Amino acid sequence: MSISGTIIFEEQVQQLNQILTRLRSESNARAAFLIDRNGQQIAAVGDDLEQMDPTSLSSLTAGNVASTDALAKLIGEKEFSALVHEGERDSMLIAMVNTRIILLVLFDERSSLGLVRLRVRKATEALVPVFQEVDKRSASDGAQGKAAVAAAFAEITDDDIDSLFA
Amino acid sequence: MTFINYAAREINCKIVYYGPGLCGKTTNLQWIYEKTNPATKGKMISLATETERTLFFDFLPLELGTIRGFRTRFHLYTVPGQVFYDASRKLILKGVDGVVFVADSQTARMDANVESLRNLKDNLKLHGFNLTTVPYVLQLNKRDIPGAVPVPEMLSALRVKNEDYFEAVAPKGVGVFETLKAAARHILISLKKAS
Repeated sequence: MSISGTIIFEEQVQQLNQILTRLRSESNARAAFLIDRNGQQIAAVGDDLEQMDPTSLSSLTAGNVASTDALAKLIGEKEFSALVHEGERDSMLIAMVNTRIILLVLFDERSSLGLVRLRVRKATEALVPVFQEVDKRSASDGAQGKAAVAAAFAEITDDDIDSLFA
Repeated sequence: MTFINYAAREINCKIVYYGPGLCGKTTNLQWIYEKTNPATKGKMISLATETERTLFFDFLPLELGTIRGFRTRFHLYTVPGQVFYDASRKLILKGVDGVVFVADSQTARMDANVESLRNLKDNLKLHGFNLTTVPYVLQLNKRDIPGAVPVPEMLSALRVKNEDYFEAVAPKGVGVFETLKAAARHILISLKKAS
Protein backbone atom coordinates (compact mmCIF):
# COMPACT_ATOMS: atom_id res chain seq x y z
CA MET A 1 0.00 0.00 0.00
CA SER A 2 1.50 3.24 -0.89
CA ILE A 3 0.59 6.50 -2.48
CA SER A 4 3.67 6.33 -4.63
CA GLY A 5 1.20 5.91 -7.50
CA THR A 6 0.24 8.44 -10.06
CA ILE A 7 0.81 12.13 -9.58
CA ILE A 8 -0.17 14.19 -12.57
CA PHE A 9 0.82 17.82 -12.88
CA GLU A 10 -1.29 20.53 -14.41
CA GLU A 11 0.65 20.97 -17.65
CA GLN A 12 0.55 17.23 -18.20
CA VAL A 13 -3.22 17.21 -17.79
CA GLN A 14 -3.34 19.98 -20.40
CA GLN A 15 -1.19 17.94 -22.79
CA LEU A 16 -3.43 14.92 -22.34
CA ASN A 17 -6.54 17.02 -22.93
CA GLN A 18 -5.03 18.47 -26.11
CA ILE A 19 -4.31 15.01 -27.50
CA LEU A 20 -7.80 13.81 -26.64
CA THR A 21 -9.38 16.90 -28.19
CA ARG A 22 -7.42 16.36 -31.41
CA LEU A 23 -8.34 12.68 -31.44
CA ARG A 24 -11.97 13.48 -30.95
CA SER A 25 -12.17 16.06 -33.69
CA GLU A 26 -10.10 14.06 -36.22
CA SER A 27 -12.15 10.94 -35.64
CA ASN A 28 -15.52 12.69 -35.35
CA ALA A 29 -16.07 10.92 -32.06
CA ARG A 30 -18.58 11.84 -29.36
CA ALA A 31 -16.12 11.60 -26.50
CA ALA A 32 -12.71 10.32 -25.52
CA PHE A 33 -11.48 9.28 -22.07
CA LEU A 34 -8.20 8.31 -20.47
CA ILE A 35 -8.71 5.90 -17.61
CA ASP A 36 -6.25 4.09 -15.40
CA ARG A 37 -6.59 0.37 -15.02
CA ASN A 38 -8.03 0.74 -11.54
CA GLY A 39 -10.99 2.61 -12.99
CA GLN A 40 -10.03 6.20 -12.19
CA GLN A 41 -10.71 8.77 -14.85
CA ILE A 42 -7.58 10.74 -15.79
CA ALA A 43 -8.91 12.98 -18.55
CA ALA A 44 -12.02 13.30 -20.70
CA VAL A 45 -13.29 15.39 -23.58
CA GLY A 46 -16.78 15.51 -25.07
CA ASP A 47 -19.80 17.78 -25.32
CA ASP A 48 -22.25 15.97 -23.10
CA LEU A 49 -19.89 14.33 -20.62
CA GLU A 50 -22.08 14.75 -17.57
CA GLN A 51 -24.97 12.94 -19.22
CA MET A 52 -22.66 10.02 -19.89
CA ASP A 53 -21.77 9.44 -16.23
CA PRO A 54 -17.98 9.39 -16.76
CA THR A 55 -17.30 7.89 -13.32
CA SER A 56 -19.33 4.77 -14.06
CA LEU A 57 -17.98 4.60 -17.60
CA SER A 58 -14.44 4.60 -16.22
CA SER A 59 -15.12 1.98 -13.60
CA LEU A 60 -16.94 -0.35 -15.96
CA THR A 61 -14.35 0.10 -18.71
CA ALA A 62 -11.60 -0.89 -16.28
CA GLY A 63 -13.67 -3.90 -15.20
CA ASN A 64 -14.19 -4.81 -18.84
CA VAL A 65 -10.47 -4.55 -19.59
CA ALA A 66 -9.58 -6.53 -16.48
CA SER A 67 -11.94 -9.39 -17.30
CA THR A 68 -10.94 -9.43 -20.99
CA ASP A 69 -7.29 -9.54 -19.94
CA ALA A 70 -7.96 -12.47 -17.67
CA LEU A 71 -9.76 -14.20 -20.58
CA ALA A 72 -6.76 -13.57 -22.85
CA LYS A 73 -4.42 -15.15 -20.34
CA LEU A 74 -6.71 -18.16 -19.99
CA ILE A 75 -6.29 -18.93 -23.67
CA GLY A 76 -2.58 -18.19 -23.65
CA GLU A 77 -2.65 -14.67 -25.12
CA LYS A 78 -0.68 -11.86 -23.50
CA GLU A 79 -3.53 -9.40 -23.96
CA PHE A 80 -6.19 -8.22 -26.37
CA SER A 81 -4.88 -4.80 -27.22
CA ALA A 82 -8.20 -3.37 -28.38
CA LEU A 83 -11.88 -4.03 -27.69
CA VAL A 84 -14.81 -2.88 -29.74
CA HIS A 85 -18.44 -2.79 -28.64
CA GLU A 86 -20.81 -2.01 -31.45
CA GLY A 87 -24.29 -0.70 -30.79
CA GLU A 88 -27.11 0.27 -33.08
CA ARG A 89 -26.24 3.96 -32.84
CA ASP A 90 -23.29 4.30 -30.51
CA SER A 91 -20.15 2.24 -30.30
CA MET A 92 -17.00 2.24 -28.27
CA LEU A 93 -13.40 1.36 -28.84
CA ILE A 94 -11.17 0.56 -25.90
CA ALA A 95 -7.42 0.54 -26.50
CA MET A 96 -4.44 0.18 -24.20
CA VAL A 97 -2.02 3.11 -24.23
CA ASN A 98 0.50 1.28 -22.05
CA THR A 99 0.25 -1.33 -19.32
CA ARG A 100 -1.55 1.07 -16.97
CA ILE A 101 -3.58 3.44 -19.12
CA ILE A 102 -6.74 2.81 -21.13
CA LEU A 103 -8.06 4.98 -23.95
CA LEU A 104 -11.82 4.86 -24.47
CA VAL A 105 -13.48 6.44 -27.51
CA LEU A 106 -17.24 6.73 -27.94
CA PHE A 107 -18.48 7.27 -31.47
CA ASP A 108 -21.69 7.11 -33.49
CA GLU A 109 -22.76 6.97 -37.13
CA ARG A 110 -20.93 10.22 -37.90
CA SER A 111 -17.70 8.25 -37.67
CA SER A 112 -16.54 4.73 -38.48
CA LEU A 113 -14.57 2.04 -36.73
CA GLY A 114 -11.79 2.26 -39.33
CA LEU A 115 -11.35 5.99 -38.84
CA VAL A 116 -11.45 5.70 -35.06
CA ARG A 117 -8.88 2.90 -35.09
CA LEU A 118 -6.57 4.94 -37.29
CA ARG A 119 -6.80 8.05 -35.14
CA VAL A 120 -6.50 6.08 -31.93
CA ARG A 121 -3.22 4.63 -33.16
CA LYS A 122 -1.93 8.14 -33.85
CA ALA A 123 -3.16 9.44 -30.49
CA THR A 124 -1.57 6.52 -28.67
CA GLU A 125 1.78 7.38 -30.23
CA ALA A 126 1.40 10.89 -28.84
CA LEU A 127 0.19 9.72 -25.42
CA VAL A 128 2.97 7.24 -24.71
CA PRO A 129 5.72 9.88 -24.26
CA VAL A 130 3.44 12.03 -22.11
CA PHE A 131 2.86 9.14 -19.71
CA GLN A 132 6.58 8.38 -19.71
CA GLU A 133 7.08 11.96 -18.61
CA VAL A 134 4.34 11.54 -15.97
CA ASP A 135 6.25 8.57 -14.55
CA LYS A 136 9.54 10.44 -14.69
CA ARG A 137 8.19 13.50 -12.95
CA SER A 138 6.32 11.39 -10.42
CA ALA A 139 9.68 9.91 -9.52
CA SER A 140 11.51 13.25 -9.31
CA ASP A 141 9.18 16.22 -8.74
CA GLY A 142 6.60 13.81 -7.39
CA ALA A 143 8.32 14.25 -4.04
CA GLN A 144 7.02 17.79 -4.06
CA GLY A 145 3.49 16.56 -4.68
CA LYS A 146 3.85 13.95 -1.99
CA ALA A 147 5.19 16.56 0.39
CA ALA A 148 2.09 18.65 -0.26
CA VAL A 149 -0.12 15.67 0.45
CA ALA A 150 1.91 14.85 3.53
CA ALA A 151 1.63 18.43 4.75
CA ALA A 152 -2.10 18.42 4.12
CA PHE A 153 -2.63 15.16 5.91
CA ALA A 154 0.04 15.39 8.57
CA GLU A 155 -2.27 17.01 11.06
CA ILE A 156 -5.44 15.30 10.04
CA THR A 157 -7.82 15.04 12.96
CA ASP A 158 -10.86 12.98 13.73
CA ASP A 159 -12.90 16.15 13.29
CA ASP A 160 -11.66 16.46 9.70
CA ILE A 161 -12.81 12.95 8.99
CA ASP A 162 -16.09 13.43 10.84
CA SER A 163 -16.77 16.52 8.76
CA LEU A 164 -16.70 14.36 5.61
CA PHE A 165 -19.58 12.35 6.97
CA ALA A 166 -21.52 15.22 8.50
CA MET B 1 -3.39 2.70 -5.48
CA THR B 2 -4.50 6.15 -4.45
CA PHE B 3 -4.83 8.39 -7.46
CA ILE B 4 -3.78 11.94 -6.79
CA ASN B 5 -4.53 14.70 -9.25
CA TYR B 6 -2.18 17.27 -7.84
CA ALA B 7 -3.34 20.02 -10.19
CA ALA B 8 -6.96 19.60 -9.17
CA ARG B 9 -6.06 18.79 -5.54
CA GLU B 10 -8.10 15.66 -5.72
CA ILE B 11 -7.60 12.28 -4.11
CA ASN B 12 -9.37 9.13 -5.23
CA CYS B 13 -9.40 6.04 -3.05
CA LYS B 14 -10.76 2.57 -3.65
CA ILE B 15 -12.42 0.62 -0.84
CA VAL B 16 -13.36 -3.01 -1.43
CA TYR B 17 -16.01 -4.84 0.61
CA TYR B 18 -15.00 -8.48 0.91
CA GLY B 19 -16.64 -11.47 2.58
CA PRO B 20 -18.44 -14.76 1.99
CA GLY B 21 -21.54 -15.10 -0.19
CA LEU B 22 -24.72 -13.48 1.18
CA CYS B 23 -22.91 -11.82 4.10
CA GLY B 24 -24.33 -8.39 3.21
CA LYS B 25 -21.65 -6.59 1.18
CA THR B 26 -24.13 -5.31 -1.41
CA THR B 27 -26.59 -4.42 1.36
CA ASN B 28 -23.91 -2.21 2.94
CA LEU B 29 -23.50 -0.32 -0.33
CA GLN B 30 -27.25 -0.07 -0.86
CA TRP B 31 -27.70 1.52 2.56
CA ILE B 32 -24.89 3.99 1.91
CA TYR B 33 -26.40 4.77 -1.49
CA GLU B 34 -29.88 5.35 -0.07
CA LYS B 35 -28.74 7.50 2.82
CA THR B 36 -26.23 9.69 1.02
CA ASN B 37 -27.01 13.15 -0.22
CA PRO B 38 -27.72 12.87 -3.98
CA ALA B 39 -25.22 15.63 -4.67
CA THR B 40 -22.35 13.62 -3.25
CA LYS B 41 -22.95 10.28 -4.84
CA GLY B 42 -22.86 8.85 -8.32
CA LYS B 43 -24.97 6.07 -9.71
CA MET B 44 -24.74 2.73 -7.97
CA ILE B 45 -23.95 0.00 -10.42
CA SER B 46 -24.63 -3.63 -9.66
CA LEU B 47 -23.42 -6.32 -12.00
CA ALA B 48 -25.65 -9.05 -10.67
CA THR B 49 -27.25 -12.28 -11.80
CA GLU B 50 -30.98 -12.65 -12.36
CA THR B 51 -31.33 -13.76 -8.76
CA GLU B 52 -29.59 -10.61 -7.56
CA ARG B 53 -26.37 -12.32 -6.59
CA THR B 54 -23.31 -10.23 -7.36
CA LEU B 55 -21.77 -11.48 -10.58
CA PHE B 56 -18.78 -9.18 -11.01
CA PHE B 57 -19.01 -6.19 -8.67
CA ASP B 58 -21.14 -3.41 -7.26
CA PHE B 59 -19.74 0.06 -7.62
CA LEU B 60 -20.65 3.25 -5.77
CA PRO B 61 -18.69 6.48 -6.18
CA LEU B 62 -18.90 8.93 -3.28
CA GLU B 63 -17.57 12.44 -3.15
CA LEU B 64 -17.48 13.32 0.49
CA GLY B 65 -16.11 16.84 0.30
CA THR B 66 -12.74 18.41 0.94
CA ILE B 67 -10.27 17.59 3.59
CA ARG B 68 -7.37 20.00 4.08
CA GLY B 69 -8.03 21.42 0.64
CA PHE B 70 -8.18 18.06 -1.14
CA ARG B 71 -11.40 16.85 -2.73
CA THR B 72 -11.80 13.36 -1.42
CA ARG B 73 -13.53 10.73 -3.50
CA PHE B 74 -14.14 7.18 -2.45
CA HIS B 75 -14.98 4.45 -4.90
CA LEU B 76 -16.70 1.60 -3.10
CA TYR B 77 -16.64 -1.85 -4.65
CA THR B 78 -17.97 -5.20 -3.52
CA VAL B 79 -16.69 -8.54 -4.72
CA PRO B 80 -18.88 -11.52 -5.59
CA GLY B 81 -18.81 -13.68 -2.50
CA GLN B 82 -19.53 -17.05 -4.01
CA VAL B 83 -16.48 -19.30 -3.99
CA PHE B 84 -16.39 -19.98 -7.73
CA TYR B 85 -16.07 -16.29 -8.64
CA ASP B 86 -12.50 -16.13 -7.39
CA ALA B 87 -11.11 -14.90 -10.73
CA SER B 88 -13.37 -11.84 -10.47
CA ARG B 89 -12.38 -11.18 -6.86
CA LYS B 90 -8.73 -11.09 -7.84
CA LEU B 91 -9.43 -8.47 -10.49
CA ILE B 92 -11.41 -6.22 -8.20
CA LEU B 93 -8.68 -6.07 -5.55
CA LYS B 94 -6.32 -4.49 -8.05
CA GLY B 95 -5.32 -1.04 -6.84
CA VAL B 96 -7.22 -1.30 -3.56
CA ASP B 97 -6.58 1.31 -0.86
CA GLY B 98 -8.63 -0.17 1.92
CA VAL B 99 -10.62 -3.33 2.66
CA VAL B 100 -13.77 -3.92 4.70
CA PHE B 101 -14.33 -7.54 5.59
CA VAL B 102 -18.02 -8.25 6.16
CA ALA B 103 -18.45 -11.34 8.31
CA ASP B 104 -21.71 -13.24 8.66
CA SER B 105 -22.70 -13.80 12.32
CA GLN B 106 -24.63 -17.02 11.67
CA THR B 107 -23.03 -20.09 13.22
CA ALA B 108 -23.46 -21.99 9.97
CA ARG B 109 -21.42 -19.37 8.12
CA MET B 110 -18.37 -19.28 10.39
CA ASP B 111 -16.43 -21.68 8.17
CA ALA B 112 -17.32 -19.57 5.15
CA ASN B 113 -16.06 -16.45 6.98
CA VAL B 114 -12.74 -18.10 7.76
CA GLU B 115 -12.39 -19.42 4.22
CA SER B 116 -13.20 -16.02 2.70
CA LEU B 117 -10.68 -14.29 4.97
CA ARG B 118 -8.01 -16.76 3.90
CA ASN B 119 -8.98 -16.12 0.29
CA LEU B 120 -8.67 -12.37 0.88
CA LYS B 121 -5.14 -12.79 2.27
CA ASP B 122 -4.11 -14.91 -0.73
CA ASN B 123 -5.62 -12.57 -3.29
CA LEU B 124 -4.11 -9.48 -1.67
CA LYS B 125 -0.73 -11.17 -1.84
CA LEU B 126 -1.15 -11.58 -5.60
CA HIS B 127 -1.25 -7.80 -5.88
CA GLY B 128 1.68 -7.31 -3.54
CA PHE B 129 -0.47 -6.28 -0.58
CA ASN B 130 -0.43 -7.68 2.90
CA LEU B 131 -3.50 -7.77 5.10
CA THR B 132 -1.42 -6.73 8.09
CA THR B 133 -0.40 -3.45 6.44
CA VAL B 134 -3.35 -2.57 4.23
CA PRO B 135 -6.01 -0.29 5.82
CA TYR B 136 -8.54 -2.79 7.04
CA VAL B 137 -11.78 -2.90 9.03
CA LEU B 138 -13.83 -5.86 10.23
CA GLN B 139 -17.62 -5.73 10.25
CA LEU B 140 -19.64 -8.35 12.12
CA ASN B 141 -22.91 -8.27 10.22
CA LYS B 142 -26.34 -9.77 10.96
CA ARG B 143 -26.03 -9.19 14.71
CA ASP B 144 -29.83 -9.27 14.98
CA ILE B 145 -30.27 -12.91 14.03
CA PRO B 146 -31.20 -15.27 16.84
CA GLY B 147 -28.26 -17.34 17.97
CA ALA B 148 -25.65 -15.03 16.46
CA VAL B 149 -22.13 -16.19 17.23
CA PRO B 150 -20.89 -14.23 20.28
CA VAL B 151 -18.62 -11.32 19.41
CA PRO B 152 -15.53 -12.60 21.29
CA GLU B 153 -15.79 -15.89 19.44
CA MET B 154 -16.01 -14.16 16.07
CA LEU B 155 -13.09 -11.91 16.92
CA SER B 156 -10.89 -14.78 17.97
CA ALA B 157 -11.60 -16.53 14.66
CA LEU B 158 -11.46 -13.53 12.35
CA ARG B 159 -9.49 -10.65 13.80
CA VAL B 160 -6.06 -10.44 12.23
CA LYS B 161 -4.32 -7.38 13.62
CA ASN B 162 -6.37 -5.82 16.36
CA GLU B 163 -8.24 -3.90 13.65
CA ASP B 164 -11.34 -1.85 14.37
CA TYR B 165 -14.47 -3.93 14.32
CA PHE B 166 -18.12 -2.96 14.15
CA GLU B 167 -21.30 -4.83 14.94
CA ALA B 168 -23.79 -4.29 12.16
CA VAL B 169 -27.28 -4.97 10.86
CA ALA B 170 -26.80 -3.78 7.31
CA PRO B 171 -30.46 -3.73 6.09
CA LYS B 172 -31.27 -1.39 9.00
CA GLY B 173 -28.10 0.64 8.60
CA VAL B 174 -26.71 -0.30 12.01
CA GLY B 175 -22.92 -0.01 11.90
CA VAL B 176 -22.81 0.67 8.16
CA PHE B 177 -21.54 4.25 8.18
CA GLU B 178 -19.36 3.58 11.22
CA THR B 179 -17.59 0.88 9.20
CA LEU B 180 -17.17 3.08 6.14
CA LYS B 181 -15.93 5.96 8.25
CA ALA B 182 -13.32 3.80 9.96
CA ALA B 183 -12.10 2.50 6.59
CA ALA B 184 -11.86 6.07 5.27
CA ARG B 185 -9.98 7.13 8.39
CA HIS B 186 -7.44 4.33 8.05
CA ILE B 187 -6.84 5.18 4.39
CA LEU B 188 -6.39 8.89 5.07
CA ILE B 189 -4.04 8.16 7.95
CA SER B 190 -2.07 5.77 5.76
CA LEU B 191 -1.65 8.62 3.25
CA LYS B 192 0.27 10.68 5.73
CA LYS B 193 2.34 7.74 6.88
CA ALA B 194 3.19 6.74 3.30
CA SER B 195 4.16 10.30 2.50
